[in-house]
Amino acid sequence: MYEILKREEIAENIILNEIKAPDIAKKAKPGQFVLVKADEHGERIPLTISMSDKENGTITIIYMVVGKSTMIFSSLNKGNFFEDVIGPLGMPTHIEKLNKVICVGGGTGIAVLYPIAKGFVEKGSNVDVILGARNKNLLILKDEMDKISNNLMICTDDGSEGRKGFVTDALKDELEKEKADLVVAIGPVMMMKAVSELTKKYNVKTLVSLNPIMIDGTGMCGCCRVSIGGKTKFACVDGPEFDGHEVDFNELQMRLTPYLDKEKKACENDNCKIRGNRG
Amino acid sequence: MAEKSKKIPRQKMPEQKPEIRRSNFKEVPFGFDKESALLEASRCLKCKKPSCVEGCPVSVPIPQFISLILEEKFDDAITEIRKKNFLPAVCGRVCPQENQCEGSCILGKKGTPVAIGALERFAADLEINAGKKDVCLNVTKTGRKVAVVGSGPSGLTVAGDLALKGHDVTVFEAFHKAGGVLVYGIPEFRLPKKIVEYEIEKLKSCGVKFVLNYVIGKIKTINDLFEEGFDAVYVGVGAGLPSFLNIEGENFNGVFSANEYLTRANLMKAYDSDYDTPIATGKNVVVVGAGNVAMDAARTALRLGGENVSIVYRRSREEMPARAEELHHAEEEGIDFKLLTNPVKVIGDEKGWIKGVECIKMELGEPDDSGRRRPVEIKGSGFVLDCDLMIIAVGSGANPVLTRSEKDLSLTKRGYVEADPETGKTSIKGVWAGGDIVTGQATVIMAMGAGRKAATDIDRYLAEL
Repeated sequence: MYEILKREEIAENIILNEIKAPDIAKKAKPGQFVLVKADEHGERIPLTISMSDKENGTITIIYMVVGKSTMIFSSLNKGNFFEDVIGPLGMPTHIEKLNKVICVGGGTGIAVLYPIAKGFVEKGSNVDVILGARNKNLLILKDEMDKISNNLMICTDDGSEGRKGFVTDALKDELEKEKADLVVAIGPVMMMKAVSELTKKYNVKTLVSLNPIMIDGTGMCGCCRVSIGGKTKFACVDGPEFDGHEVDFNELQMRLTPYLDKEKKACENDNCKIRGNRG
Repeated sequence: MAEKSKKIPRQKMPEQKPEIRRSNFKEVPFGFDKESALLEASRCLKCKKPSCVEGCPVSVPIPQFISLILEEKFDDAITEIRKKNFLPAVCGRVCPQENQCEGSCILGKKGTPVAIGALERFAADLEINAGKKDVCLNVTKTGRKVAVVGSGPSGLTVAGDLALKGHDVTVFEAFHKAGGVLVYGIPEFRLPKKIVEYEIEKLKSCGVKFVLNYVIGKIKTINDLFEEGFDAVYVGVGAGLPSFLNIEGENFNGVFSANEYLTRANLMKAYDSDYDTPIATGKNVVVVGAGNVAMDAARTALRLGGENVSIVYRRSREEMPARAEELHHAEEEGIDFKLLTNPVKVIGDEKGWIKGVECIKMELGEPDDSGRRRPVEIKGSGFVLDCDLMIIAVGSGANPVLTRSEKDLSLTKRGYVEADPETGKTSIKGVWAGGDIVTGQATVIMAMGAGRKAATDIDRYLAEL
């Protein structure tokens, strides 16, 4: 059992949980994830470790409430428990000192991006950050990113904060201004696709973090398979980060859809009767 | 005695009827009642040099336990089995007895062998129903600590053997439930999960500790385990990484590895509407492969509502690796066998779902490296099978999660752990390995046999420390 030490709605429908998991916190590195299962009946949901604190033995996950499982997660309060938290899984980000890294985050992908951006900063790299969200109410970790980055740019679809437009608009301007050594782009599949297409034109190496459906997270089931440079890779053990210029994003998007109808139904059925024992 | 055994035919376990069981997940055979068990036990010739025992990878004292059954000393019978086998209720169900103990039975030379598996199951089930768990009460503790990585059949065997020797054993399991393939892979209708739970409880009652949700190689390295005071480590993490066919369209939705399909159904209990994990159901199901896993996948898809479930296999019936019993059960339930047929392309619809599989007919040519006749394509024989769910069960490769983090652990070219076949010793001092991570995908009992050998060697090593 893994105790929830903190629960906070950090933006509209986006929840942050700090969880007691000392052994995971000790080993967690940027780019790695955990699988979280609420109770005996629950699904195993992969979520990136946004922050980890070795001394206090805690890890932090951030998720948007999108389906039944995240709805159950969000119903858990401080002092409640997740039955299972498994990790740290996946390959850590290869972090090195670079002259200029541009980190581009969209939606809850910002939660995945944060520890990576922080890792590059701690290695002595210059890091610019571009964050995007549909509107300012959905923007997360702005202050945290502001603290670590050289330069923080915000884009919202409706212009409610920062620049009106997509992250690719801001990124294009940056790439025009100055050569970057690396772009790290994490967010919705189509955002990562657009960023990768853009950076390819500028010949800038680009890392993306993929979020396919997973079950075991240890390479055993092949559910999370993605096509990278025409080859099948398992995101859980070979990734979740890959070279954005090699990823078949359309296939990834397609493979995220199979259970949407069932998920919708499950949410409707359970909207008013999320299982008991939630304290 | 011999006269008598000829008169009594081999007893058969009663089973759920195919038309009923094809829509439920309850176990197929019911097991012997006392009367049939006694009749069957009376068939045993009690050979002085029992070849059945030689045929058993863990050397269960077969004539002895069968005699005890015949004397109606059922408690003693299971105690006798447990001297050599820590998972009798499991082995009685899933061992390929026809190639092992029963395959070597003298009676089988002219007639039918003794139903050793069914008798083992009978004795084990009686014990489970009586809820008897105390087997390790009088063991002297050695104070030596052993870490077992993976709680599948080989890990459980090592844990049981070493606990009986008085060592302090901790089993680390990556999943949220212990049991490995017994829990995620083999379906409920072939191995009820309450049996696995019972065996694990039994190990716990012997002092074996289970740490779940713990991926060694990620949360801790083998070296971390030594630093924490473990004296020996056994690696039994299983095969892992499912193989795909590498054909066009394989990543369309509705195409699964058998591992994924079975894990959803078994471990995550997707067939039960009380559980949240979804599973795809199909009307026209194609399962590629012809091993036990393929049969499990096909029969699971059938129970989840498949109307036409086919096994597609590129060789012929003779080469099918599944147990005869599994093939028989699958056929009885209405699984269709499309033999000498090879899938070459998956066809998807505009939404990214599979809608058909293009196949080609094969014929058998000259023998290949495996000694089996090589299947060769028949030109121009291509055709399309309607299909909305495809499950690929063609084996698996080595899982890299643990081995990647252990640079000193010698691996074979294909990524499996190199271990001495007699002792399970690896290239790292104090580390043993066995089961599928050494041999590649094999059987429960082979993994248990490897665990037995390693446990013996570990015990010897610990005594010399």
